[in-house]
Amino acid sequence: MKEVNISELERRFQEKIDNDIRIEPKDWMPDEYRKTLIRQISQHAHSEVVGMLPEGNWITRAPNLRRKAVLLAKVQDEAGHGLYLYSAVETLGADREQTIDDLHSGKAKYSSIFNYPTLTWADMGAIGWLVDGAAIMNQVPLCRCSYGPYARAMVRVCKEESFHQRQGFEIMTTLAKGSPEQKAMAQDALNRFWWPALMMFGPNDADSKHTQQSMDWRIKRHTNDELRQMFVDATVPQAELIGLTVPDPDLKWNEETGHYEFGAINWDEFWEVVKGNGPCNKDRIDTRRKAKEEGLWVREAAMAHAEKRAKRKSA
Amino acid sequence: MEHLFEYVLRIGDDSLILGQRLAEWCGHGPILEEDIAMTNISLDLIGQATTLLEYAAKIEGKGKNADQLAFLRFDKDYRNLLLVEQPNGDFGMTMMRQFFFDAFRKPFFEALQHSKDEQLSAIAEKSLKETRYHLKHSSEWVIRLGDGTEESHQRIQESLDALYRYTDELFYSDEVQKAMESAGIAPKMDDVRTEWNKTVDYVLNEATLKIPDNQWKFEGGRRGMHSEHLGYILADMQYMQRAYPGLEW
Amino acid sequence: MANREWPLWEVFIRSKQGLNHKHVGSLRAADAEMAIENARDVYTRRSEGVSIWVVESKNLFASDPSEADALFEPADSKVYRHPTFYDVPDGIEHM
Ligand SMILES: [Fe+2]
Ligand SMILES: [Fe+2]
Repeated sequence: MKEVNISELERRFQEKIDNDIRIEPKDWMPDEYRKTLIRQISQHAHSEVVGMLPEGNWITRAPNLRRKAVLLAKVQDEAGHGLYLYSAVETLGADREQTIDDLHSGKAKYSSIFNYPTLTWADMGAIGWLVDGAAIMNQVPLCRCSYGPYARAMVRVCKEESFHQRQGFEIMTTLAKGSPEQKAMAQDALNRFWWPALMMFGPNDADSKHTQQSMDWRIKRHTNDELRQMFVDATVPQAELIGLTVPDPDLKWNEETGHYEFGAINWDEFWEVVKGNGPCNKDRIDTRRKAKEEGLWVREAAMAHAEKRAKRKSA
Repeated sequence: MEHLFEYVLRIGDDSLILGQRLAEWCGHGPILEEDIAMTNISLDLIGQATTLLEYAAKIEGKGKNADQLAFLRFDKDYRNLLLVEQPNGDFGMTMMRQFFFDAFRKPFFEALQHSKDEQLSAIAEKSLKETRYHLKHSSEWVIRLGDGTEESHQRIQESLDALYRYTDELFYSDEVQKAMESAGIAPKMDDVRTEWNKTVDYVLNEATLKIPDNQWKFEGGRRGMHSEHLGYILADMQYMQRAYPGLEW
Repeated sequence: MANREWPLWEVFIRSKQGLNHKHVGSLRAADAEMAIENARDVYTRRSEGVSIWVVESKNLFASDPSEADALFEPADSKVYRHPTFYDVPDGIEHM
């Protein structure tokens, strides 16, 4: 009897999905759908928050007041994105602090791009341009994701992201038309961030275990390779426009397909970084863990004070 | 004019250095919500610094801009208070520093709104709105931490003890200050101090915190005599401009 | 007192005078005051609001989606509540 009910529920659930009716928090959903979302949204949230660190690294050294304010506002936005997303995770019955503990213990993942160091000011340009650019490619289709709270969070995020990519490209443009050392700095940043940015879209479709199910559930709307191709097609002309060279000898325009062909991605490097062996994995997680631990007394004090006040009020 | 330049620098440098200090928290706050709150305050302060230093540059009349003032002076030419250059310490230390400063800035900007200098009066009006919010935020935190747990009470009392010695300088008075007061440009520091005392008494009382017995006072920032900390702030802040002189970014 | 979390709050923002408060998301805060301030910093960084409501999530009660039919469908049949249900003779423009 119960079996029948569940498959009927599943049927109705899939029907809603197929008709593009959003799933809302209290609606029935398959356990696997819930789990997939919790995993994906919390990873996304962690990426926003860990992603604050490589750019945060340059706020105190930003070269002028305008750049300082812009970078600060940008990194702050990422904290906001993290919050919107944690808030979406919590609608699924997951607990934000628990998911954060999973991040700190290494159980939960985040975007591997943030495990690369930011060595020069030009990296602020490369990150805004390439990393936020890639994030936008990923996030725009998520605005139509089947899960309502995630889709709505993405609408907010996408609205805010557009300035992120622009400010990054503006930094790159300024450097590219600046002094020879500035131009070299910009090229070096592009050299270091290009391939990791392409890796942001995840493994090739053939090797991506979650893609098909996520497409059926309309959590994802494009495959990793489709998104990567869109990104390359959009970005290469931008690099050319400002006179920088994409570090890929195999890159060429294919007149027939109307797409760029590009070289093979070093997936060994990708998996090593995912496993924790990137240049900054340890630093990033240690930093986040430290922030949480050192904030414990503060969070406890605020709670204790709120309780004291509530008691005094009711007394 | 020289006095006015000096005077505007003082206000601008306070915002600049405290904004720079708060920016260090970005990504490291005790909870995400608070990370965002501190960054917001930092952004307000950097915005104030930009307007004030632009104005200072104009008064100086040497064709400089705000960035050149912010990034290319030597340490002894900065005019900020010793208080704002003190290290962040723990979150309680940062909030205590912020509270002492905000409790000063609010009555200061309130009075500066009536400055005979139109530019300063306009800046004060805008900054006051921001400062009211900063003060609300920092005083609530001082109260929470003071009247929170035993640990938080002890920690923030220690921060208070460490920072109190820098508060007298908030009301620093010298030739410049007096000249600006009598020109009707600067608020009267005695009045600002009275308001500051009121706020501090009220909040510390709510927070069950005590002003330390050791009333030793430090000053120096206003005349360019800084603590060891400023050098490191500038090493970071000026790095790009010093390493690559004269470039656009 | 080990690791007690701040409660969750739901945030509602009035985006401009004359409009309803609209749910925008949630956040964590120790008390209502902090929840409002955090909401201001998290959800109105680009002047998205003129007024904020917060309510602790545990105090919010929702209708059960499995009862949606019983709750909302009966209204579907009451077409006479809508002006289009009525015939208006030609020649009458504003009614
Ligand atoms: Fe983001
Ligand atoms: Fe972004």
